[in-house]
Amino acid sequence: MSKMLPTVLKNLFTKPATRKYPFEKRPNMKNSRGAITFDQTKCDHCGDCERICPAGAIEVLEKEKKINYDPFRCIYCWVCAEHCLQKAIKADEQYHAPAAKKEKEVYNKSGK
Amino acid sequence: MSHRTVIPFGPQHPVLPEPIQLKLVCEGEKIVEVLPNIGYIHRGIEKGGEIKDFQQTLHLIERTCGICSFMHALTYAQGIEELLKLEVPPRAQYLRVAWAELSRIHSHLLWLGLLSDAIGFESLFMQFWKIRETVLDLFELTTGQRVIQSACIIGGVRRDIDVQMAAKIKADLQKVKEELDKMLPVLLEDYSLKTRTVGIGMLSNAQAMSLGAVGPTARASGVRQDLRLLNYLPYDKVGFEPITETAGDSYARALVRTKEAYQSIGMVIKALDLAPKGELSVPVESWPNGEATSRVEQPRGEVFYYIKGNGTRNLERLKIRTPTFANIPTLLVMIPGTTMADLPVIVLSIDPCISCTER
Repeated sequence: MSKMLPTVLKNLFTKPATRKYPFEKRPNMKNSRGAITFDQTKCDHCGDCERICPAGAIEVLEKEKKINYDPFRCIYCWVCAEHCLQKAIKADEQYHAPAAKKEKEVYNKSGK
Repeated sequence: MSHRTVIPFGPQHPVLPEPIQLKLVCEGEKIVEVLPNIGYIHRGIEKGGEIKDFQQTLHLIERTCGICSFMHALTYAQGIEELLKLEVPPRAQYLRVAWAELSRIHSHLLWLGLLSDAIGFESLFMQFWKIRETVLDLFELTTGQRVIQSACIIGGVRRDIDVQMAAKIKADLQKVKEELDKMLPVLLEDYSLKTRTVGIGMLSNAQAMSLGAVGPTARASGVRQDLRLLNYLPYDKVGFEPITETAGDSYARALVRTKEAYQSIGMVIKALDLAPKGELSVPVESWPNGEATSRVEQPRGEVFYYIKGNGTRNLERLKIRTPTFANIPTLLVMIPGTTMADLPVIVLSIDPCISCTER
């Protein structure tokens, strides 16, 4: 009992250790692995990212110049971003937002 | 002959971190026999390792267990490096030591929290996990993720720890050490904890050796076996000594883990000081062919991998034997003779990681 008493008194007078999320959000660290996006101005549709992805989340359609990416199958390992020769995969530090339905993202040559 | 009943402990039980079923044959309050039943979390990782490319399998292997994730990747990478005859650069070896020992600190802090929760001391459980958050933030700073780090690749490591990160790691680990100095006496010298763990769950030296116990479970019974003595990474240079106790009860297992946590803090700091400058990885240029075995000391004991490649990009066979799998037979010796109320603390004292066991 006497050993815990200093801790008890300290905890009475300090502010809580938890953060009041969503009013206070923790900023992500500089290299934390977050969501990825595909830059279609630099992509040459070689298919390297599709072959190297451990989870099979990327599908490159070369003839139609489209990329189908499933953000809910992706494991955010960033192996595709590190190996892309054209540096066409942009990797962000904020994680992908939650959603109510699992939908794939389609990247066209003209669009995003 | 008094009346026997069979009571199922698990698969859902508040004290278990993962599902396992132990059928307890009881005479009144006393347990007479234990029949374990596993298979609730089998995911087929060994088969999945054969379907994927051998470099993609690395990411699958990391997800066998959330606590020893880095060491699973390390064991697999070591086995494949032996088959491909790759020489890992010295800086990568020291960084691997630093991350492996941070994983060990994380695992032991988590276990100390679970032990406090099992005896009912929830506030101390929250305090231990608060310090664990410091270690998880260090992982995120250096590797990018908190739990599944993906820092170890075949041929080396993926990211570097520069001078500022190393200074922050040392400052944070110093804070972890000070907090542990304050909290551990509250746990280890507590009268209730001692009544529930001293002399309970006895495993003698002969029993530990004949059942093949590994890790802190064996070292608490006086078996001086630690795979880090084999120097698969430069452990002789960072000041490693195996820690043993002789009592063989749950209290001795708790003491071994707390002393290992302190030792690991020193080893991380020394590994970061000693790491020479150089490259981080060597490229992979061929496909694995042949058989290799790889063993690493995880926080719970010795993990054993057998990898067989046949010259193509898929492996032919991948076999994993995790430390909890070797420690479950010790439960069959420790539990009979104790009462049902002692059971949760005994099961937790071997540090069960069932998702590792059933991959």
